Amino acid sequence: MLSYIVHRILIMIPTLVAISIVIFTIINLPPGNYFTTYIAELQGSGEKTDLAKIEFLEKQYGFDRPLWQQYLYWAGGLLHGNLGYSFSYDMPVNKVVGDRLLLTGVVSITTIIFTYLVAFPIGIYSATHQYSISDHLLTLLGFLGLATPSFLLALVLLYFANVYFGISIGGLMDPKYLDQPWSWGKVLSLIEHIWIPVVVIGSAGTAAMIRRLRANLLDELQKQYFVTARAKGLHPFRALMKYPLRMALNPFISDIGSLLPQVISGAAIVSVVLSLPTTGPMLLSSLRSQDMYLAGSFLMFMAFLTVIGVFVSDLALALLDPRIRLQAGRRQ
Amino acid sequence: MSDLTFIPGPQHSRNDDTAEAVPLPHYVSAAPYDPYAVERMTAAQERFYVASQWRMVWWKLKRHRVAVVAGGILLAMYLGVTICEFLAPYGVDSRNTDFIYAPPQPVHIFYHGRLVAPYVLGFDYHLDMKLLERIYTPDPNKREPIRFFCHGDGYKFWDLFPGNLHLACPANGGQLFLLGTDRLGRDLMSRMIYGARVSLTVGLIGVAVSLTLGIVIGGIAGYYGGWTDILIQRAMEVIQSFPHLPLWMALSAILPVSWSPLLVYFGITLILGMIDWTHLARAVRSKLLALREEDFCTAAVLMGARPVRIIGRHLLPSFSSHLIASATLMIPGMILGETALSFLGLGVRPPMTSWGVLLSDAQNINVVALYPWLLAPVTTVILAVLAFNFFGDGLRDAADPYH
Repeated sequence: MLSYIVHRILIMIPTLVAISIVIFTIINLPPGNYFTTYIAELQGSGEKTDLAKIEFLEKQYGFDRPLWQQYLYWAGGLLHGNLGYSFSYDMPVNKVVGDRLLLTGVVSITTIIFTYLVAFPIGIYSATHQYSISDHLLTLLGFLGLATPSFLLALVLLYFANVYFGISIGGLMDPKYLDQPWSWGKVLSLIEHIWIPVVVIGSAGTAAMIRRLRANLLDELQKQYFVTARAKGLHPFRALMKYPLRMALNPFISDIGSLLPQVISGAAIVSVVLSLPTTGPMLLSSLRSQDMYLAGSFLMFMAFLTVIGVFVSDLALALLDPRIRLQAGRRQ
Repeated sequence: MSDLTFIPGPQHSRNDDTAEAVPLPHYVSAAPYDPYAVERMTAAQERFYVASQWRMVWWKLKRHRVAVVAGGILLAMYLGVTICEFLAPYGVDSRNTDFIYAPPQPVHIFYHGRLVAPYVLGFDYHLDMKLLERIYTPDPNKREPIRFFCHGDGYKFWDLFPGNLHLACPANGGQLFLLGTDRLGRDLMSRMIYGARVSLTVGLIGVAVSLTLGIVIGGIAGYYGGWTDILIQRAMEVIQSFPHLPLWMALSAILPVSWSPLLVYFGITLILGMIDWTHLARAVRSKLLALREEDFCTAAVLMGARPVRIIGRHLLPSFSSHLIASATLMIPGMILGETALSFLGLGVRPPMTSWGVLLSDAQNINVVALYPWLLAPVTTVILAVLAFNFFGDGLRDAADPYH
């Protein structure tokens, strides 16, 4: 087990390096840089530009040097926790992103918990009541959840939440708590607001997970050990919980790896619509204004979260399922 | 063993002459002897046993009721895409400046309890000066019958042939806004029909891109194995560990502003296809790893076939149906991706229209409250995505030989 963990961590390092190279290439692909766009914009509106300051910044951040040197500078900064400088906000990226990374994490993790809490009972119910009317209804609902563009669901839910529950529109908390220190009321307000994004972001993942749990459980329920358990008079609920459910549980754990990118993707667009103070809206604006360090660190953060998520889910799977033997599989 | 074989010849019996005249006491068919008669199949059986793999898939698919319905819907949608100029009552950019944010006009077929040709009610319009709101009220006296197969707004069919024939047009001097109008007074339904052209083809081209990439790259990894395989697998892991949407956003943000809408459209499809290929490549790789050990593959190698021929001619056909089924299931994700990107303003750009572009008008919560009909394009998005999901599910079941 230990050697497996070490092995996995050693693999993660080149993966992250490769990811950072890809991200750096992408954010440097557009012609010009933030300053050329900025100067063009200022000149377009007839304003004066402080060319000296811009030249200083350009030199400071090595925009005149070759790309690979710029990359080393950026990647080296990342290792020290220095995310670079946001030109459009005129301050270090670390200060700009501040709470946003934390809130992205909070929203993502809450969404995953929500997904589990909902998918679990519904999946079991659908499998044990196969082809009943409620099963068909739930299946249809699940398909609808998969097919609806999340941003629109967000808008409509937001509207109804405002009309029927009087919840303030947009944001993750009531406007009066913004810029306040954390307090009980602020947490309550956060809980009141977080459910819309959580439901919206989680809907697609929940639907997918329900379908997979149902299929897995149906396979298990046909097996002989379950028939035997029922035949010897075990209570149906206990018979279900004790064996087939355990066997069908694997996707719940291994899915974290695929669920997390999905949740982060969903969060990116839903938070634009709901104007949540998470990474999504800022990523969008930084991409538009070519604020490369800001965009780069957001992308890096999201990829990092995913890589960690996959790692954790692999570990959990190895711990929980004795049938999975990693060493044997790795070295053939 | 001559005593076991039957040797025709003179029989040594006592009454030779009489035995020849009396026939044997059992029936013998006069038809020529056919040693395979027992194994001969009926026409239906034979059809079944010699059917090609694709025919079997087709038979299984036909039995899958939901998949057939979904396939029918998709077929109708794609047929509609080819003739959208004819189907749309208005041109894609026809502006009706007198009818800005007009609500949908329902179609009536009863007039004073009598069945009549379908008609809509014309609007009475006034501006509420207090709320500064345009108010349209249907006027029961303004009956505007819909004309069919009529001449209306001019268009260029496929940008090539000028024409003005439409399936349905408004009455002369009347309107036909079945789904209302947008902020420039453009008919939403016409725009949705035109938008289908981009939204529905984005997925097809994107899937073609990822299918090609997946087969080529997965094929290389699976056929050669070794270091190539390890490298390609690591690269795929890197790509998979990106959340799709942010990466799509980043990539489409780099499409130059100076590009024409058509070029941007192709750029978007490329971007959509460039990330999703990893799943297909994985499937191709694992299948190839197993199949290249088979005897028929060894035989092909010994006969001197080159790798491209072995992969393309001998290995791929063994699982192409499965591959196509999983490719079909990737299309809905791409349609949703395009919708999301265009919604954010990073995807297809006006004047080109797609469902996402139309929905970007509905970014604001005020729209949901005041002009809810602008959300209509979402129904076609859902319908297309659902149809692709059901059809792909059915296709996958049908393509599975062990099912």
